[in-house]
Amino acid sequence: MNGAQAIVKCLEAEGVKELYGYSGAAICPLYDALLSTKIKPVLVRQEQNAAHMASGYARMKGKAGVCVVTSGPGATNLITGIATAFADSIPLVCITGQVVSSMIGSDVFQEADITGAVESFVKYSYLVRDANDLPRIMKEAFYIAESGRRGPVLIDVPTDVLTAEIKKFAPPESIQMRTYKPTVEGNAAQVKKVVKELEKAERPIMCVGGGVALSGAIDEIRAFVRKYQIPVVSTMMGIGAMPTGDHLYFGMVGNNGRPYANRAMNEADLLLVVGARVADRAVNRPDLITENKTLVHIDVDPAEIGKNVGPTIPLVGDIRHVFRQIEKEEIQVREHGAWLKTLSEYRLKMTEKRPKIGKQYVDVKEFLEKLSDRMDKDAVFVCDVGQNQIWSTHFFRVSEKGRFMTSGGMGTMGYAIPAAYGASRARPDRQAIALCGDGGFQMSMCELGTIAQYKGNIGIIILRNNTLGMVMETIHNLYESRGTMVDLGSDTPDYKKIAEAYGMHYSYLDGKSDMEQVLYTFLHADGTRILEVAVDPADRV
Amino acid sequence: MNKKAFQILVDNTSGVLSRISGLFARRGYNIESITAGVTADPRFTRITIVASGDDDILEQIEKQVAKLADIRSIRELTPEESVFRELAMVKVRAGAKDKTNLISISNVFRGNIVDVGTESLMIEITGSSSKIDAFLHLLDGYEILELARTGVAGLFRGTDKVMYPDALIGTQK
Repeated sequence: MNGAQAIVKCLEAEGVKELYGYSGAAICPLYDALLSTKIKPVLVRQEQNAAHMASGYARMKGKAGVCVVTSGPGATNLITGIATAFADSIPLVCITGQVVSSMIGSDVFQEADITGAVESFVKYSYLVRDANDLPRIMKEAFYIAESGRRGPVLIDVPTDVLTAEIKKFAPPESIQMRTYKPTVEGNAAQVKKVVKELEKAERPIMCVGGGVALSGAIDEIRAFVRKYQIPVVSTMMGIGAMPTGDHLYFGMVGNNGRPYANRAMNEADLLLVVGARVADRAVNRPDLITENKTLVHIDVDPAEIGKNVGPTIPLVGDIRHVFRQIEKEEIQVREHGAWLKTLSEYRLKMTEKRPKIGKQYVDVKEFLEKLSDRMDKDAVFVCDVGQNQIWSTHFFRVSEKGRFMTSGGMGTMGYAIPAAYGASRARPDRQAIALCGDGGFQMSMCELGTIAQYKGNIGIIILRNNTLGMVMETIHNLYESRGTMVDLGSDTPDYKKIAEAYGMHYSYLDGKSDMEQVLYTFLHADGTRILEVAVDPADRV
Repeated sequence: MNKKAFQILVDNTSGVLSRISGLFARRGYNIESITAGVTADPRFTRITIVASGDDDILEQIEKQVAKLADIRSIRELTPEESVFRELAMVKVRAGAKDKTNLISISNVFRGNIVDVGTESLMIEITGSSSKIDAFLHLLDGYEILELARTGVAGLFRGTDKVMYPDALIGTQK
């Protein structure tokens, strides 16, 4: 057995069913070894999208997504995808081919120091020197990616290591790492302190982040807040932890969030931050947040606690485990019906007015609300980055069983299409919809080739305003400029022809169309569908 | 701005030093000095880092370093519990008359003369960083040709030891 075959055996042992990647000279032995297995490799059109597809796949499966690319440009193309996954704590195992060991460091053809390049946004990386280490490294890589605070792990394997014969294939039965030991269970004394605060609180609120979905704790969180009637706000990554329509849910916080959500968080006397970073986009002045309230910060990563804000009570642990611990406690919360009523009033009163839009255009609010109502109840919705993303966080309604995904931390344009496709491959039984602006669409439209080739079945919506709208708003608001470097041109491309070129169903929606009918065809036609929506370039988030 | 010395014990994996220094660089932490060397247990390397920053930053340094997968432990070497040493080598321009003076200053600081040339003298001095600073201050009137400082190394007092029997290695999964 050679190194490549050993890697494949390890992938099988981890239960990997498919992987995303791009071939090339240095990685050939691994793709060759994959031929004799049931693992399906998906050939993308650009490596960055392999990481995004693996990310969408991982988020639906709750397990690490796998990418395999070649050395040099293959590996460097993957970097944005890895950084995107790192920012949102998505587990990935990325395998890159590397030039022959003896040539490393001599700048030979297609050589790049990828472990060095990704150092700051992988959870861990390996440069494999000896094929006999592969079984251990593979097992460790999956363990590191999928445990603690999830994240990407990169394994760089020189071609000669892929082809080297290994003495004996004996993967370790258990992980033996002297150094890496994430905390999973919450400290019992800290749990008791949290319970005490819950019993004291008159105006409790919970702010949920991406950690809730990542630890598979959505059910636990919903059960907890419903039992004690705790109102919930969320960060962008936390959207979907609560169904949008739930009477306990009060929207997204932050500078792009809803005013009533921010007000609710400000006026609470107890704030439970759960699986969120208290990052700059979510909280304007983290240093002031504890002025008038008790802050409980629950996170699996101890370094996040106290990074931006000093909590009153830190609680380190995996959300699902921690809330199972809390569930065992009998908590006597105070009656806070009046608090909930106040928050509902804020929600009614503080909903912002939408700018007036031209008659020939589609009102995004109406469109997104109707879309969420007409989509399958367990559908996966992936929005891209920009105005489309902020509009989605405001107007898209996540149902009880629905999923909402986006690139929150890194804000990587072009994420939606590959991630939605990865998600739909993970769960072909569920409807998957990608929503992007015309900027983001053009960043990853090469993947239409992949989706067509593998007979994908997703819906792609393009909000077309011929503009990089979010940047235009920034330029307009902060620099009082009319906008440079934001005009995408209005003549091209012809999205209808693009859809035709890939054999995909195309529909068009503007202010004069029958939205109901267009949506129906878009959501129910066969195969992959593209819907172009005319949006007013003057519209604002 | 405060200063803290950290003792970091790491697995001897390739690139571990660059992982740690890279972390300091990308998060904008200040390293005052860094030293590294093998421990009594050859599987581990001991790194002593003196870092400066306000208390929040120093706390973050401890947490972010602890998060790196190669780190066995990071502990603050508190001045009360620890002993620190630094070594410096100073090459000074010195004629015959200067040499006598320099040798007597060096003797006061328990320095060693490790090389003598016709026009130069090399002094080795060991001690706390402040002692070395004080020594260098006394050389103000002389021309220092070269100076090499190792940075601080430190150890906890008492019976702590680094040996890590395999039986104690945690098993996970």
